[in-house]
Amino acid sequence: MENPYLPYPVRIDKITVETEDRNLKTFHFVFLNPEDEAKFAYTPGQFAELSIAGKGEIPIGIASSPTEKGFVAFTVNKVGLVSSYLHNMKEGDVMGIRGPLGNWYPWHEMEGKNVVIVGGGFAFTTLRSSIIYMIHPENRPRFKDITVVYGARTPGMLLYKDELAAWEQRDDIHMHITVDGTNDPDWKYNIGFVPTITEQKITSADNAIAIVCGPPIMIRFTQPVLEKLGFPPERIILSLEMRMKCGIGMCGRCNIGDKYVCKDGPVFSLAQLKEMPPEY
Amino acid sequence: MLRYTEKIQETAKRLLQEKRVDAFIGYGKGSVPMMNQPLMVSDPDRVDRLYWDNFCGLNLCNYLTKRTDKVGIVANGCNSRNIVTHIIENQIKRDQLYIVGIPCEGMIDHRAVMRAVKQKEILDIQQNGKTFVVKGADFEETFEKEKFLQSNCAVCIHRNPVIYDELLGDLVEEQTGVSPYQDVEKVEAMDPEKKQGFFTRLISRCIRCYACRNACPLCYCPTCFVDESRPQWVGKSSDPTDTLTFHFLRAYHCAGRCTDCGACERVCPMGISMRQFTKKLNKDCQELFSWEAGLTLDQRPPLDVYRPDDYNDFIK
Amino acid sequence: MTERVYTKEEWIRGLEGLREDYTLFVPVKDGDFHAFMPMNGEKVPDFDFQNTRLSPKSVIYPRSERLFEYILGNADPEANILKESSKDFSPRAIVGIRPCDAQAFQIVRRNFDNPEYRDPWWVRHFESTTLVGLGCNEPCSTCFCTAVGGGPFHEDGLDALVFDLGERYLIKGLTDKGEAFLAKMNGGKPADEAVLKAAEDLTASASQKITSSPPTDPLKGKKINDLFNAPFWEEVAFGCLNCGTCTYLCPTCWCFDVQDEVLGKEGDRIRNWDSCMFPLFTLHGSGHNPRDKKVQRVRQRFMHKLKYYVDKYDNGVQCSGCGRCVRYCPVNIDIRDVCERMNNY
Repeated sequence: MENPYLPYPVRIDKITVETEDRNLKTFHFVFLNPEDEAKFAYTPGQFAELSIAGKGEIPIGIASSPTEKGFVAFTVNKVGLVSSYLHNMKEGDVMGIRGPLGNWYPWHEMEGKNVVIVGGGFAFTTLRSSIIYMIHPENRPRFKDITVVYGARTPGMLLYKDELAAWEQRDDIHMHITVDGTNDPDWKYNIGFVPTITEQKITSADNAIAIVCGPPIMIRFTQPVLEKLGFPPERIILSLEMRMKCGIGMCGRCNIGDKYVCKDGPVFSLAQLKEMPPEY
Repeated sequence: MLRYTEKIQETAKRLLQEKRVDAFIGYGKGSVPMMNQPLMVSDPDRVDRLYWDNFCGLNLCNYLTKRTDKVGIVANGCNSRNIVTHIIENQIKRDQLYIVGIPCEGMIDHRAVMRAVKQKEILDIQQNGKTFVVKGADFEETFEKEKFLQSNCAVCIHRNPVIYDELLGDLVEEQTGVSPYQDVEKVEAMDPEKKQGFFTRLISRCIRCYACRNACPLCYCPTCFVDESRPQWVGKSSDPTDTLTFHFLRAYHCAGRCTDCGACERVCPMGISMRQFTKKLNKDCQELFSWEAGLTLDQRPPLDVYRPDDYNDFIK
Repeated sequence: MTERVYTKEEWIRGLEGLREDYTLFVPVKDGDFHAFMPMNGEKVPDFDFQNTRLSPKSVIYPRSERLFEYILGNADPEANILKESSKDFSPRAIVGIRPCDAQAFQIVRRNFDNPEYRDPWWVRHFESTTLVGLGCNEPCSTCFCTAVGGGPFHEDGLDALVFDLGERYLIKGLTDKGEAFLAKMNGGKPADEAVLKAAEDLTASASQKITSSPPTDPLKGKKINDLFNAPFWEEVAFGCLNCGTCTYLCPTCWCFDVQDEVLGKEGDRIRNWDSCMFPLFTLHGSGHNPRDKKVQRVRQRFMHKLKYYVDKYDNGVQCSGCGRCVRYCPVNIDIRDVCERMNNY
């Protein structure tokens, strides 16, 4: 019988410090058994359990895109027991990943539509996965305009800075990078909170679908902005976080009403969330 | 005992009507025999749900922690001593409380009653002062209350409340000549190996449900040490060492604060006598510091203060 | 379907003889109450009991169970890689399980064995276990199995069912597993008409004795958010200690935690029962807790059993009516009362 709790063994191939406070690092993992990579076939929006022997597991969104081969990447914020330990691990160390888990962004529905991505802080990980996926030459024709609003507290707290700069140069994606504030006289992007910049830069909800990931406060203030722009709740897509253990809907702790965030989510439309108890 | 029910209802109604309190905490009659439920009433028209009998063994002080409103509460001897401890430990203020004192003659040990009827199902209990009648589908037996007291009640020497704003009955005579620590002395006499065996057997049925901790008014830490993950002090499995660590450390946290109310034992679904841990520390506190918890508002528990004449013999 | 009659002595002797084929879990008197324990020559089965205090769920789903093992360090190329712990999945039987507790396994099965994922340990333990039920001649006043689709002699979920007819036992095989169990058991003789009639009468009279039965049908028609926002939860939750008594004694509570435990260079990944009553159950690494308050946790337990489960599986409630939580809740929170409040809201 297949064991959904057994992690694939992986080696840490590369560690990148993402932010100036050094609390966010991106880990590239390579599967020890090459055949596991195929088994780990994922879709942007899904997550996996990062498993460290002796410490436990943490659910983390997949930051790489299935169009990137040979590794999977996760950007991890240092908060608890497992993530703190992971931050002290080195390239070459062996651990495990278990997944892919959960559902994904509604790629089927997004086809032929304008895609608006709104991200804040370190919740940008599965949005990175999504952007890389969409701008891949094979996929780009499937989507119309792609607009990204991404903000962090300061320039130094933005994730994936090199990629952001590269996307800025492209003409097939509209980038609106913003920070809450900065002393940098050379800062050439926006200054302001994500909801405000969203209100300024997004002009239409016509044929558009919005994906929103960020801290609860950002989500709370972005939601009315999108609704005012005319996005119906079915076309506002959110990804939730919860304490998880099993990741497969069995251990019982991540439910919101009769839905498990790990299995029925983490991606829900605002329309779905409005039908669920506000317990998250 | 039963006569208090009406008085509690009258008092609660008066206090709520006169707005002396925002809410009144007492017991309600349970849905199964020998089980009562903690109850909070804030509507003067619903005080008829308040109830008192020989099975009010839960410690209501547990429900006072960090309340910010003004509350009335019924309190017998041990509960009142926990209220004192709560006030000393800043868990509630004296002026928030209206304490309705109940002189107590002890609670009945529901497990002893079940043993006496050989675990047959009890459908009804009638309590008549010194005796009570137990009824089942095919039996009816009368027992003397005194022989069925909870073991902590049998050795209680503070049946009367030590702090109250109003008393619902005449003070009862305190028991004298009880020897509360006989069982502790037996354990003290054992060699370390035997002691280890005794305590390991004592907790062997523990399922780590934490009912004992959660029923204890002393256990109000925002995060209990067993729930800490960084560092993780105790494993969470059914490993006997971890389980024993939980019980020992919890008891030590209660040293000099425990009033021997018996709530921990009463609530344990597995019938474990965890007072074997706390009583030893109560005994030590009495012998080393002449201290009994919760008798007065103007003295802090011994492990909470330093005095030059404290017992120091353990420092070698 | 095999129907055999055993004298009570024959029955015990028959079980003794089965110990070579099965690990037998039987009710044993343990202090004030009964518990299912392996019949090993020392422990004497005692079938004169109402129900065990702890449900037999731990036979299939242990309170703590090692899932994986590993070694730490860098020396060994296999270090830090999890290996599934070896397990004994040889045949077991729970003999004397009450029909409600057997039905509970069917309820729990929907969680652990579903089209997307199968829990390898629960499923294999369950599949290797034969459930030999003992009907309830005298249901307790707290039993409400008939309100949740069961009954004192309910057969669904059992592999065989035993009727206590006073001097003798009638045992009926109900599934292939049950028939195999009976085929291996020595003694007994085929049941005659009189015995079968006596069993039928017993079944009818026992069902009559179930007195408390809150209906559970109205729950399905309610809206989750309406019940979630109902005003009665504060009152229901007031006395709750947030202990794990109800969840640990409940045969249908399945929630678990996974923990790593290390000694020196060797470690285990262990799964332990967990409880929605504990604040830690849902505490995020960030410190945020979606069920931070007692009332939220109490509501979760009842909503899960009586509404979320109902909506998710469309197959009744997540409760088999055993009444343990009613009897042993230290503050007397009564699920029957909560169910009525939900029905009437």
